Amino acid sequence: MSSQDKNPRRAFLAAAGTGVAGLGFTVIAPGLHLMAVAGNADAANAADARKPGSAASPAVRWGLLIDANKCAPGCRKCIDACHSENGVTEKLPDPRQNSQWIRKIELVDRRTGHSTQLPMMCQHCAKPPCVDVCPTGASMKRADGIVLVDRHICIGCRYCMMACPYKARSFVHTPLHEQNPEVPRGQGCVEGCTLCVHRVDKGLQPACVESCPEGAMSFGDLNDASSAIAKQIASVPTTQVRADLRLDPGVRYQGI
Amino acid sequence: MMKPDPRNKESLFYLTAAIGALVSATGVAAALYMEHQGHVVTGMNNQIVWGLPLIVAIFLIVSASGVLNIGSMASVFGRVLYKSRAPLAGLLAVAMLTGGLAAIMLDLGRADRIMVAATHVNLTSVFGWNMILYPVFYSLVAVYLWTMMERRMNPWSKVVGFATFIWRVVMTTGTGCIFVFLVARQAYGTALLAPMFIIMSFAWGLAIHILTQAAMYAANGTQLPALVLQRTKNLLGSFVAATLYFTAVMHLANIYFAKNTAFEYFILMNSEFTSLFWVGQVLLGSLLPLALLYHPATAARGAWVNLASLLVILGGLIQLYVFIIGGQAFPLDIFPGYEVKSSFFDAEVDHYAASLPEMLLALGGIGIAFTITLIGVRVLDFMPHDDPAQLEAAGSKTD
Amino acid sequence: MNLKALPQRRRGAEDAQRNAKTLAFPLRCLSLRLCASAVRFFLLAFAAFAISSAPTLADEGGRTARPAIDIANPGKCVAPAEEMRRNHMEMLKHQRDRTLRQGVRGEAASLNACIECHASKQTGSVLGSNDNFCQGCHAYAAVKLDCFECHQPKAGFKAAGVKP
Repeated sequence: MSSQDKNPRRAFLAAAGTGVAGLGFTVIAPGLHLMAVAGNADAANAADARKPGSAASPAVRWGLLIDANKCAPGCRKCIDACHSENGVTEKLPDPRQNSQWIRKIELVDRRTGHSTQLPMMCQHCAKPPCVDVCPTGASMKRADGIVLVDRHICIGCRYCMMACPYKARSFVHTPLHEQNPEVPRGQGCVEGCTLCVHRVDKGLQPACVESCPEGAMSFGDLNDASSAIAKQIASVPTTQVRADLRLDPGVRYQGI
Repeated sequence: MMKPDPRNKESLFYLTAAIGALVSATGVAAALYMEHQGHVVTGMNNQIVWGLPLIVAIFLIVSASGVLNIGSMASVFGRVLYKSRAPLAGLLAVAMLTGGLAAIMLDLGRADRIMVAATHVNLTSVFGWNMILYPVFYSLVAVYLWTMMERRMNPWSKVVGFATFIWRVVMTTGTGCIFVFLVARQAYGTALLAPMFIIMSFAWGLAIHILTQAAMYAANGTQLPALVLQRTKNLLGSFVAATLYFTAVMHLANIYFAKNTAFEYFILMNSEFTSLFWVGQVLLGSLLPLALLYHPATAARGAWVNLASLLVILGGLIQLYVFIIGGQAFPLDIFPGYEVKSSFFDAEVDHYAASLPEMLLALGGIGIAFTITLIGVRVLDFMPHDDPAQLEAAGSKTD
Repeated sequence: MNLKALPQRRRGAEDAQRNAKTLAFPLRCLSLRLCASAVRFFLLAFAAFAISSAPTLADEGGRTARPAIDIANPGKCVAPAEEMRRNHMEMLKHQRDRTLRQGVRGEAASLNACIECHASKQTGSVLGSNDNFCQGCHAYAAVKLDCFECHQPKAGFKAAGVKP
């Protein structure tokens, strides 16, 4: 990995400055920001890779829109893509101890019998309970809305797993050796969907979104009115899971 | 009663201390094993994330706060009877908090990062509060013991006792709040838990104090004054009754809420926790002790009061098991109104069986508390010394 | 940069190896990190006791042995060796916090970049034997290495099933 800026303090100032400037930018000139990102519909989903040395911007709110109507029964492509991208490969004798960053949920409406399926992962709440309960601050929300676990200071108390309303987090029950270099994960820490933060920072889409053959998942900046995802959300009815809890998840569903 | 041979007493001390140390060491060894292998060797999983070590730890921590109620009865509420018993309460509080914290910390996924927990405190987290609550509690109890056991410091004992009283109410509120601040779990998330944990702490702490005191009197071949027995057992009875009352109110309110009816049906009628709740928590842990404490045939006998205390402790552990394991075993209602199926066991009732290392770690926590208490009462004078004149005066008053 | 022990310091090198074997190997195997933190925990409760029982490193005096380290791609480091030896942990720590918590990418200090250059030619890893870069020095200095509980120590590693 190369960098133009070798002075860490300068890099930090630059990062902080970019963050502040980004915030100011959206407040003052949302239209301009919008124009900067708008391109063809697909590319607009993911912004260009952030410049090396710049921090995630609070002007951005990354999110997913998942169309449950398009999600095909029996298809596991998003799960496989996620788990191979993130190196979630361990198979323990008790399957309840295995990590699952993303899972397929089959729903049948008790009153009508209508059935749907959808992928479920960390919902990247705006007000995440996991962040509130974390004793060390390891559970954190990045400026652009991605909820992560800082494994450098996670003590493995599992309080966040108790607090999460979506069962979105897993605990690593065994020593690991097969991690992908870009996705560190290890024994004794809690983990969950990172929204493929290492890909998003490069301007790529999350692995699950990319892998979906039905195009049921789309990724983008919810704050950017010109992004495909924001336009879609503005034009069709979508729901947040457990919206009654008022956690404002960044993942929205269509067709449930 | 016959005075035991001092030589036997000596060897009895070393034997029990050795057993206590062995149990503690086994617990630490079990934690090392868990640390090395990962939590794969426990019965815990991604749904039931807190198991037996946490249950025992919470029991010890809650009791540590509650046992000091004996001290508060003397220093805050002016009951002379309890004054000579307050130092023992202080020792038990320190011992149990240490044992409880050891169990909870050795159960962490990264137990080696205790210093991280101490240096990175997130103040919106109840666990984060504990990083402040527990050390201050330790210091307050230490100062409280000093003011009681050092004659020249005696005048300060009332003030420090009062501060300790306030602090332990805050601390146990914090322990209850661990479960209050869980937005989506049906078993938790009610503010009632905070006062309920305080009442539970009174009952469990007193029961542990009664048993410890009984053991000390037996080892010294002396008898607990009848008045003391009568007062403490009445106090224990009222705490047990109050705990039962809180339990009833919590479940009744939950039964009424349609969103929680399924959970209540699960705990109270149709699960592995049903018999634990009714037989363990309600019958053996509450009703039977109440009967023993108030029935004329058993109420005045030390042995029966001790049995009642033992049952209260057992009932408390069962209550926490039902509360913590039962609450996690019942699935989250992520999609209300839908039948849900997934590869991650969504909407499925989970089952927990503690593995041997977990049991040893949990026992280890108790072992640490026991060993500290044993050594404490051996090296310092924690034996309650009742002044007969004061006892008589207290007996003539109606409390 | 050749850190191979000089011939006259043969005994010292053997000592170092013995130290590494007796101290560092059980350090990983028996998870001494837990012991260390247990010590720290009791330090809070029984400060005096803990201080007296804290492990002390044997002082070798003048005959200081040096770790034998095999560097696959020498001479391309982000800073001079002297600075790296003293400050690599600080550099990595600040970088990790900026990258993870603020999302700053492409910094000069990067654990993955360290591994790409310093992984041994034989094992492809910075761990695995006391000749390998990270483990060699940390075993020698008896400093716990916590990066690779989570980070991949092999250069260019791809988990099974991952697309190229």
